[in-house]
Amino acid sequence: MNFDFALILSSIPQLLEGLSLTFQLWILSGILGLILAIMLMLMRISGRWYLAAPAMVYIYIFRGTPILVQLFIIYYGLPQVEFIRESIAWEILREPFGCGILALTLNTGAYVSEILRGGVQGVPKGLGEAAAALGLSKVQRFIYITTPLAVRLSLPAYSNDVISLMKSTALVSTITLLDMMGIARVIVSETYAPYEIFISLMIIYLLITWVTQKIFALLERRMSRHIIQ
Amino acid sequence: MNLPTTAPETVISLQGVDKYFGDFQALKNINLSVAKGERIVICGPSGSGKSTLIRCINRLEQHNAGKIIVNGAELTDKVKDIDAVRREVGMVFQNFNLFPHLSIVENLMLAPRLVRKTTREDARVQAMTLLERVRIPEQADKYPSQLSGGQQQRVAIARALCMNPAIMLFDEPTSALDPEMINEVLEVMTDLAKEGMTMICVTHEMGFARSVADTVVFMDAGEIVERNTPEEFFNQPEQPRTQQFLQQILSH
Repeated sequence: MNFDFALILSSIPQLLEGLSLTFQLWILSGILGLILAIMLMLMRISGRWYLAAPAMVYIYIFRGTPILVQLFIIYYGLPQVEFIRESIAWEILREPFGCGILALTLNTGAYVSEILRGGVQGVPKGLGEAAAALGLSKVQRFIYITTPLAVRLSLPAYSNDVISLMKSTALVSTITLLDMMGIARVIVSETYAPYEIFISLMIIYLLITWVTQKIFALLERRMSRHIIQ
Repeated sequence: MNLPTTAPETVISLQGVDKYFGDFQALKNINLSVAKGERIVICGPSGSGKSTLIRCINRLEQHNAGKIIVNGAELTDKVKDIDAVRREVGMVFQNFNLFPHLSIVENLMLAPRLVRKTTREDARVQAMTLLERVRIPEQADKYPSQLSGGQQQRVAIARALCMNPAIMLFDEPTSALDPEMINEVLEVMTDLAKEGMTMICVTHEMGFARSVADTVVFMDAGEIVERNTPEEFFNQPEQPRTQQFLQQILSH
């Protein structure tokens, strides 16, 4: 087998042309997914069944099915429905980019909501009682005591999900988008050199993961300065 | 002509209070009234309902029957009433429960700022005054995890005092402490008692009960078995269950 090291290097700049799209998908769906996750988590811990039950069903469905299937249903399935084509949502769903963002957001939202719930429930009950005994309202307790501690507790698991989301963005190449993965597939079909191209791609993904891990490790260290229990 | 009233003002009154955890009855027909400035020590074997009783007073637990009146306000389901009572009732917990993400002085400033809308400057001045009072002003900018247990509990007392409560509840404040740290906490509590604070204290520190309490309440199996002055309680306990309990804890 001929292994072309030069090709690994020369393909990297080409692949990087898709970096911007990968980042757009990653960051946009990461932020939207986090907002969705917070809402789902609040519904889940609300103690009201009519809020908790829909959140649980939603989480079950989106954690229980492959994200690729979700992506295909959104991209190929939803346009079949007439009222969706006629609704304002069509502006987003007619574009593969919109479908990609939607699928990634809905999926990561389900996972992250469970991570956040674990964080909230990991905050010692006594701290909430102490705050209650001081006269803080329920909302004040949640904002000033539960949230900062839950964020710290959630961080390691959350960083996992952020990295996992970054890798999931590669799936949008299956719905015609030219992210790094999409570009790699184009180059492979032109050069017939899958090893070299995909190794280049791996290097880029690994670098992004490495930087992300560093950022989260820093964040974790900063936040746990005083919370050694 | 106004004669000075002889009967002191009642600040806490429990009337026929029952509390259940599922099928288990933790409190049985509790009647207790606490006068302004009175220092009550509650003791009894574990599981006798002591902690549940004082946790009902600031509604960390909800009673299932009877009436609880604190500072003239009856404890009901109304959130407004509950928060109002909690502002007037300070509480100190067995496990300190300091907020680990806030520095010591921030632990003290949080509630005055959020609940009383005190300015940052005023809250800080008040916090420092109270830290002096519990004798650890030098720890102000440290974090709870950097302090010893005794220091943390003194901070917890100061934190409760920041709201200028009329009443202080202590839930086994020295039970989680190493023996050499118990005294520093009891000293702070004794100071507080001397200043006339109304206090209800669940504790096993019988020396503290003897020297500080006006009244000792003995609980067993969810009931108040005996209520007496410390002298009577320790020297001539009326009830057999009290005698048995005292023998057990004082025999060593």
